[in-house]
Amino acid sequence: MKYTEDHEWLRVEGDLVVVGITEHAATQLGDVVFVELPETETMVASGDEVVVIESVKAASDILAPVDGEIVEVNAKLVDAPGLVNDDPLGAAWFFKIKVDDLSVLDQFMDEDEYNDLIA
Amino acid sequence: MADPKLKRLGLHDLHVALGGKMVPFAGYEMPVQYPAGVMKEHLHTRTAAGLFDVSHMGQVILRPKTDMASLALAFEAMMPVDVLGLAQGRQRYGLFTNDAGGVLDDLMFANRGDHFFVVVNAACKDADVAHMRASLAEAATVEYIENRALLALQGPHAGDVLARLIPETAALRFMDVARPVWNGTELWISRSGYTGEDGFEISLPETAAETFAKALLDHPEVMPIGLGARDSLRLEAGLCLYGHDLDEATTPVEAALTWAIQKSRRTGDRAGGFPGADRILSELANGPKRLRVGLKPEGRASMREGTELFTEAGEKVGTVTSGGFGPSVEAPVAMGYVDASNAAVGTSLLGEVRGKRLAVTVCDLPFHPTRYKR
Repeated sequence: MKYTEDHEWLRVEGDLVVVGITEHAATQLGDVVFVELPETETMVASGDEVVVIESVKAASDILAPVDGEIVEVNAKLVDAPGLVNDDPLGAAWFFKIKVDDLSVLDQFMDEDEYNDLIA
Repeated sequence: MADPKLKRLGLHDLHVALGGKMVPFAGYEMPVQYPAGVMKEHLHTRTAAGLFDVSHMGQVILRPKTDMASLALAFEAMMPVDVLGLAQGRQRYGLFTNDAGGVLDDLMFANRGDHFFVVVNAACKDADVAHMRASLAEAATVEYIENRALLALQGPHAGDVLARLIPETAALRFMDVARPVWNGTELWISRSGYTGEDGFEISLPETAAETFAKALLDHPEVMPIGLGARDSLRLEAGLCLYGHDLDEATTPVEAALTWAIQKSRRTGDRAGGFPGADRILSELANGPKRLRVGLKPEGRASMREGTELFTEAGEKVGTVTSGGFGPSVEAPVAMGYVDASNAAVGTSLLGEVRGKRLAVTVCDLPFHPTRYKR
């Protein structure tokens, strides 16, 4: 698992990168009440705002961590946004992105580095 | 590091001990939420009882220089509200207005026999005290109360819990005030609050506040509640937040607060005579150009403060002033100002959220029925 400075986690699944937010981010957001997902088959560039998450108090964006194509989104989050708080590292993944070369993930932090960041 | 410019509440250490997440608000470090989180705190207040620390608000005593009637008339000259007719032991909602009819602040005031007790908003309190000292120079001494905390106990079990500590509070009705003694300390209590629920606001010396707060929190029904849930509760109750839903450019009529302007100030001997009376009385008679309304977004996306509102034809007709998710309504809720021609309940509008225009319907307030103990 890799981590971004924006508190996303990235997990490789076959030739896809699965993206979610860390437990730290979920705790900071508070109770999530709404998730707006991107369309599949969309090409995105690193830094694009692709998901909107709203907690009781505020809306925040999740950015595409890498360039690629969104090939799958987690539609469960639309009806059960609370999953983001209950299981941020598991059931509450947001989207899967297809990249040209998985080595693009090498630039991101590993778990120890991420834990240092939020310590 | 804490910002040294921020003031600390008398109960600061208790909030921290309870796990409160402290944030800057109106010049104070305030708990925005506790470990349970905004959603649970909100729902707990609706089903049991929530304890709020609102000590940042301004507490003021007005003592008459001659007699209460003269003071009442002078206080009336500051707002479109019946002060003279407020019975002893009762509290009322008031609004300071300016010459343009806009609202300088909203407040609560109580007739306690030989003086008035006034509670004003934190961000306005210095200006309010100066305004009262200037306007009431002949009629009153204006005493700003330091060193008293203000707590709110709100929710359907608030009455039971408080009556266990202070039995005589059971007899209070909505907007009654009393000064019972608890453990040798005089409490200033009103049956009122800011959540739409039955409940109380309790002023007490800071030195007794922690003991009293803990005595309330010892009851299993009572949970500490932060600013986050306070805001979502008041929004569901359709109540205005000064600086957001109310400001110096907004009249009480536009704000749909005409219920706060008693008949005695509209017609007869004591009609008018308050700042902005021309405009306010004219809007009462002819209707305002724009009006505060409830707004029910149709989807799941919240329409927050600043969301612009359009007709289906694309004409901009208003703006959201408060909006978010309503945990008891289980849907997004908002309120804002729209042109009077689009203010009828049932009007379909569009709110622009992140570049998309989403359907929203004008609706009645409150979103959640109030349960005051009348």
